[in-house]
Amino acid sequence: MEKMLLLGDEAIAQGALDAGISGMYAYPGTPSTEIMEYVQACGSGVHALWSANEKTAMEEALGMSYAGKRAMVAMKHVGLNVAADPFMNAAITGVNGGLVIVAADDPSMHSSQNEQDSRYYGKFAQIPVFEPSSQQEAYDMTRDAFDLSEKYGVPVLIRITTRLAHSRSQVESRTPLPQRSLHLPEEPLQFVLLPALARKRYKRLLALQKEFMESSEHSPYNLSILKTGGKTGVIACGTGWNYLNEWFPDGDYPGPVLKLSQYPLPVKQIQRMFDQSASILVLEDGYPLVEEMLNGIFPVNKHIKGRLDGTLPRDGELTPDLVASALGFPVNEAYHIPSVVVPRPPSLCNGCSHADLYLALDEVMKEFGKGKVFSDIGCYTLGALPPYNAIYSCVDMGASVTMAKGAADAGMTPSVCVIGDSTFTHSGMTGLLDAVIENTPVTVIISDNSATAMTGGQKSHATDRLVEICKGLGVSPDHIVTLVPLRKNHQENVRILRKEILFEGPSVVIFQRECIQTSARRHKKN
Amino acid sequence: MKTDIILCGVGGQGIISISAVLGIAALEENMHIKQSEIHGMSQRGGSVQSHVRISSNPVASDLIPLANAGLILSVEPMEALRYLPWLSPGGWIVSNNQPFLNIPDYPPVESLMQEYKSRKNAVLINADEIASRCGSAKASNMVMLGAASRFIHLKPESLMHGLEKLFAQKGSSVIDLNLKAFDAGRQASVAL
Repeated sequence: MEKMLLLGDEAIAQGALDAGISGMYAYPGTPSTEIMEYVQACGSGVHALWSANEKTAMEEALGMSYAGKRAMVAMKHVGLNVAADPFMNAAITGVNGGLVIVAADDPSMHSSQNEQDSRYYGKFAQIPVFEPSSQQEAYDMTRDAFDLSEKYGVPVLIRITTRLAHSRSQVESRTPLPQRSLHLPEEPLQFVLLPALARKRYKRLLALQKEFMESSEHSPYNLSILKTGGKTGVIACGTGWNYLNEWFPDGDYPGPVLKLSQYPLPVKQIQRMFDQSASILVLEDGYPLVEEMLNGIFPVNKHIKGRLDGTLPRDGELTPDLVASALGFPVNEAYHIPSVVVPRPPSLCNGCSHADLYLALDEVMKEFGKGKVFSDIGCYTLGALPPYNAIYSCVDMGASVTMAKGAADAGMTPSVCVIGDSTFTHSGMTGLLDAVIENTPVTVIISDNSATAMTGGQKSHATDRLVEICKGLGVSPDHIVTLVPLRKNHQENVRILRKEILFEGPSVVIFQRECIQTSARRHKKN
Repeated sequence: MKTDIILCGVGGQGIISISAVLGIAALEENMHIKQSEIHGMSQRGGSVQSHVRISSNPVASDLIPLANAGLILSVEPMEALRYLPWLSPGGWIVSNNQPFLNIPDYPPVESLMQEYKSRKNAVLINADEIASRCGSAKASNMVMLGAASRFIHLKPESLMHGLEKLFAQKGSSVIDLNLKAFDAGRQASVAL
């Protein structure tokens, strides 16, 4: 077959297309975004549109599985928190058409607020997990994950990290499969999780655990190389395998090695390498999941080395250099960074609408003192830094609205928040409803650039709908104001914003001006 | 045969295109390749880097280990120096000498040039000027790829073919402009 040069994300997307998916569901989030974008570009005849958030995406994918077709849902690691409810319960309902979930973790927090490890979610839901080490494996595993999902009737999780998601390499594809035809579940009550029925479904999931383990033991992706010699044995998970091979090419590591890419942990394989090793080194990206399990509660009589004992750092992504020193190789820079070099952090673009909003907001908030503006997740989070110093929170999608309400409940006045248009329709609307119900004095500023800009300008569900949405939620139309963030409107914007911030009830101020990047691209096309 | 390259600059300067041309050319020569990129969090205006590894043997790590890159290819002079810890002993820096000024505390350009003067294996060229002469300052990234091409174990023809493929949809005038820029960069680099 044709050799393609694909990002890890794209390899997964190509694998899903070739596995015959009928639907791809996602909300943009670095480093997972390119999965959906690839399907949109290359998957003719496949439903591939952005969802409002990760929870709606997961449920829509589950619905397509119910209807007998194959579906994939992709998100960044924190997106799986949003989708955790349907995710956990889909393990109990099981699936009809194959359902594969991709969670892209971001150790080192290149573009995230934490570095949670999605393998724990797989263990939590008690479903099989794949962790590819290469772009080729990402392709192959995605294809196999759909087969596994249908064989056992459960969703399968694929966990990747930024490094693989955003690294390109050769991928060879296999013959594509056609899409499945519509067919409803054989068991009509499979998806009804009434307690009495859910208990039965849960027992089924528990009974499958032995089979998942057997599948891991015989997985082509879990590879034991049992060289004897009493050396330190190495368990290399996912991309950890690449870093081991960087220093020992052609598999010439002198001790026992287990390449681990499918979970649950293959206990027999681990036992065999454990017996042949004087100590064990665990190379895993993210949290020390495997290392913790090997250690158990009581000390084992072998030295387990990894992120817990300090052989590797407890946080941050693995690098070839960290693995080199864990293996006992010296790591030396030949040259250092000259002192003349200064940091160049990301910044709002010249002409960005968020900047004009923050200039107006800063002027209004001067009279009320610092610390009274909450914010959210998007390019506008850069408003926390100089020169704006305008906002004081960024926690999770939508939290600006609800935290502003909570602070208002505590008596803080004024209580203001800044949220992007796409973040608002992702998870901000329900919080605003809380404020409307209680007539809470909060001002919700929606910085509407008509795009999900930070991840590359994807279409926003909020575009042209914000006023109607806020009215529908019950905000008084007198206190839904739309302003245009431009320098020439500054004084007028300050005046109106101040008035709404002083209003003692819920108010919404929409600063509407398109993202200059998406606008430039649109004009280039036309 | 192996080339490990740190590709760097400022977001929006066209690093992804350089990386893409290298990828197409490597595939054409049946080489193994891994390219690790940085996406997301409005990198526009921030420092960006890409690790490109091209080898006749399979490539293991997506990241280049410290002190292992034979080449730093930069479209901005301060950014090149940021990645020096990755440069191998005796490795080459090929960089544009035109600073990208978007931060208040950018160092005096003379102090950057002083750093370059103290190094043996550095090729500094004015890619903006050369690109403008070829027809558009936007092609400065391809000038830099041309300038660096003599340190990359890929045939210049493969790179030029990769460039043609990358810009195929943009029409022959864009292709010609970029080919010209590539060639002018290569000439400028050899002439130094």
